[in-house]
Amino acid sequence: MVIVAVTLAVAASGAVAWAAFTPITFASRQETFEIPKGTWARRMAGNKVEILPSHVYLTLGIRDILLLKNQDDVPQIFGPTLMMPGQSFSLPFETASSYQFACTAHASGQMTVVVDAQPDNPWQRLVWRARRIFRAVA
Amino acid sequence: MSYAISLVPLWACILLSTTGQAAEVEALKAGIFNPPREAPDFSVRGSDGAPLVLSHYRGKVVVLAFGYTSCPNVCPVTLAVLAQAHRKLAAQGSQVQVIYLTVDPERDSAERLRQYLAAFDSTFVGGTGTAPQMAAVRKSYGVTAEKVGTGTDYAVAHSSFVYLITREGKLRALMPFGHKADDYVHDISMLLN
Repeated sequence: MVIVAVTLAVAASGAVAWAAFTPITFASRQETFEIPKGTWARRMAGNKVEILPSHVYLTLGIRDILLLKNQDDVPQIFGPTLMMPGQSFSLPFETASSYQFACTAHASGQMTVVVDAQPDNPWQRLVWRARRIFRAVA
Repeated sequence: MSYAISLVPLWACILLSTTGQAAEVEALKAGIFNPPREAPDFSVRGSDGAPLVLSHYRGKVVVLAFGYTSCPNVCPVTLAVLAQAHRKLAAQGSQVQVIYLTVDPERDSAERLRQYLAAFDSTFVGGTGTAPQMAAVRKSYGVTAEKVGTGTDYAVAHSSFVYLITREGKLRALMPFGHKADDYVHDISMLLN
């Protein structure tokens, strides 16, 4: 039991250190959401199809471009835009804040894009990663 | 204990997923449509007394905004920013046309729009029309507008984006509310050149 506890403690410490000191980068600065082909038909058939979450989380300097793609056959109100079939919309953010957009795709009529500041010290990186885990499992 | 151990692979995956190289960012400050579609044409009553037809402005970059003269905050801020950007563009400003379409055609007559816009920039042109006419234009751009309140002092909750239309009449970009004049100058200059 002691050995297991010590091993877990060492592993946890290593994970925390890694999370705090490893720079945060992504393969792309784009956070992408797509409306798949056939979405409109499914909605007309009565299926509740949710494409966009009510809250989208971005981080300056790391993941700060919202990319929306309409792969369906009809125009769609998608977040803050009217998008034609086959069209994409790429929206960059440069200021950390919370942005409200009217969005007819959501039952609430609103979509929120939360843009966090770029974490630039170990504690901020640790908090950023912990917040990401929490949002992923919540 | 076994539950904690079972979470380790999940944590590792989430943590390890934050590695890689950043890609190049888009050039404009505004949101970009790709491919850009033809900006929906419209013909409404212009604040200068003449018909306001979007396609008549081919050859210029059009900055298209939606709002109303009784708007307490968003619209005046947007128009002030656009006026500042127009001044900063200096000689290039002659190749740019700001068009302001009302989302409140019941109260915003052509004359009322003219007087309102003149306080910001004498070159800005407003557009109004019948309620169904203006609703159709808003729909073609994906602009939402909803009357809030009753009586004569109602407000209109509306989309606050500004559309950037190229010289060729393509709906290229959308600037959300909150951007500064320098961002407009940056993007309009790119579209002009």
